[in-house]
Amino acid sequence: METNSPDQPASSATVRPTPSDVALPDQPDAVLTCDNVDVYYGSFKAVEQVNLGFGLNEITALIGPSGCGKSTLLRSLNRMNDLVEGARVAGTVSFMNEDIYGPGVDAIEVRRRIGMVFQKPNPFPKSIYDNIAYGARVTGMKVSSMDDLVEEALTRAALWDEVKDKLKQSAYGLSGGQQQRLCIARTIAIKPDVILMDEPCSALDPIATMRIEDLMQELRKDYTIVIVTHNMQQAARVADRTAFFTALPDETTGNRTGVLVEYGKTGQIFGAPNDKRTEDYISGRFG
Amino acid sequence: MNKKSATFPVLVIDDVAGSKGPAQLPGPSNISHFAGRPRPGEKIIKGVLAFSAALTVVITVGILIALIVPGVEFFVNVPIWDFLFGTRWTPMFADADYGVLPLVSATIWTTVLALIIAIPFGLGAAVLMSEYAHPKLRAVLKPILEVLAGIPTVVYGLFALQFIQLVVFKEWLQLDTGAFSVLAAGLVMGIMIIPTIASISEDAMSAVPMSLRQGSAALGANRMQTSVRVVFPAALSGIIAAIILGVSRAVGETMIVAIAAGSQARIVTGPLEAGQTMTGFIANAALGDSRVGSLEYNTLFAVGLLLFIITLIINMISIRLVNKFRQVY
Ligand SMILES: Nc1ncnc2c1ncn2[C@@H]1O[C@H](COP(=O)(O)OP(=O)(O)O)[C@@H](O)[C@H]1O
Ligand SMILES: [Mg+2]
Repeated sequence: METNSPDQPASSATVRPTPSDVALPDQPDAVLTCDNVDVYYGSFKAVEQVNLGFGLNEITALIGPSGCGKSTLLRSLNRMNDLVEGARVAGTVSFMNEDIYGPGVDAIEVRRRIGMVFQKPNPFPKSIYDNIAYGARVTGMKVSSMDDLVEEALTRAALWDEVKDKLKQSAYGLSGGQQQRLCIARTIAIKPDVILMDEPCSALDPIATMRIEDLMQELRKDYTIVIVTHNMQQAARVADRTAFFTALPDETTGNRTGVLVEYGKTGQIFGAPNDKRTEDYISGRFG
Repeated sequence: MNKKSATFPVLVIDDVAGSKGPAQLPGPSNISHFAGRPRPGEKIIKGVLAFSAALTVVITVGILIALIVPGVEFFVNVPIWDFLFGTRWTPMFADADYGVLPLVSATIWTTVLALIIAIPFGLGAAVLMSEYAHPKLRAVLKPILEVLAGIPTVVYGLFALQFIQLVVFKEWLQLDTGAFSVLAAGLVMGIMIIPTIASISEDAMSAVPMSLRQGSAALGANRMQTSVRVVFPAALSGIIAAIILGVSRAVGETMIVAIAAGSQARIVTGPLEAGQTMTGFIANAALGDSRVGSLEYNTLFAVGLLLFIITLIINMISIRLVNKFRQVY
């Protein structure tokens, strides 16, 4: 894979030309924001003091070495951390200025508005059709025609043509890349505002990866996307803005806690990083 | 065994990219580089395993023959049709009838009643343990269930007869019932089977990958929906296996029904009636003094054979269903 190739220092050449940094406002029009967010697993602080805003209809990439807390932070953005034993969030995560951890907030409603696609495709052992219809069914979404909903979601996920003749067949018959697009389609089907993706291409081959990246470009017109990626070329190709994290050891305990090092437009992060650590990481000298 | 009895040729790879040229393979060329250590232990283990496997087969065949020979003798005297569809079971009477339906009816009653208890509670306990319980609670619940499974069935039988039938049904509920009932036997048998169903289905549900639960939660499903719509169907194969094992245990259970269901062989038409199951008959009659080779003696084996065939059919259905619903995640 072309990931983190050390002999290919990231230069402005790897920066995707469009959408150009110039067209982006300096500050994102954030729909989802983190204010002083710390995430703990029991007493272990996995992520510390993150301040970050995810812009409306933008793709934001979270990059950084393994174990720096990217997945942890991502899961705290739609309360998936609630499912993890001992996980706790301090600080404020707000969606359209409402604290998603506030009193009276239903985590299930949060996840309906802020969907998530996982690292490994995780279709349910059901038919393709039932996979897509699942979210609408469990959330009691009012749909005039489930068939239309399924078709629309699959079409948007660029999967319709490949599966339209086998909707009743098991989703497990699909290839890995198709399964991941199915999972994206399933997420789109409940019409969320934000889609969180945790290394959605790490289990896929380069061609399937490319298809997902194209799909993300399609989707950003209507959705706000946050993607965790290990692949810096991918961040450079797809993201409008990029946040670089690293893990710093605690002086007393030696525990490594993730911190946000630098955040900016993707072109700037890859072309002219302000922080030495960012530069080292993207040029493959570290991580 | 001397571990150093064989010499290991060592493959030395000297800095392949260095200036020394290609790596050299040391050692005389007539020694295989891949010669393994002799492993006599493996042969012994293989032998023991093969013997165990063969023994199982031999014993099964032996049981089958032991059942079939007197069984066939029985059917020489009693037409199979009369046996299977006759409604009077009086093999010990002078005026003997060999219609097995009364025994079958009691077995069906106790089995169905047991399953009515065992399936909902067993599956409920499994869902609770696998999907809801805090790991600490689960660590307490599972052993309790296993203790329940370890209680001797004679104790359950006494409980059914003395407490459920006499105290609960007759005294407290003032039900119109005699000293025995298929209901008391079935209920208690159901309690006995709960751990079997709970434990096996819990294993099946716990084996469903966490990623499916996460995927479901990320689509706005609550825990109950995730359990019922994702985990349960994904674990269906194992759950079916658990239920069928429960059915087999109910059909084959002897002590509880022999004690609490009664020993009158007649068609059972209601849960408060007494009745004799197939196993109950065998247990009772085997204790009697029927002469080897007599028709009464052969009757035991005819019923045993029928029980064996029913269990076999249940198991075959089970294998079918389990394979049909098997999920590869
Ligand atoms: N469920 C968990 N329980 C305890 N610690 C966890 C859990 N998940 C992740 N961690 C720890 O949190 C840190 C960040 O992990 P993660 O968010 O997975 O990093 P990344 O996605 O950047 O590789 C790591 O030290 C990891 O060991
Ligand atoms: Mg991760």
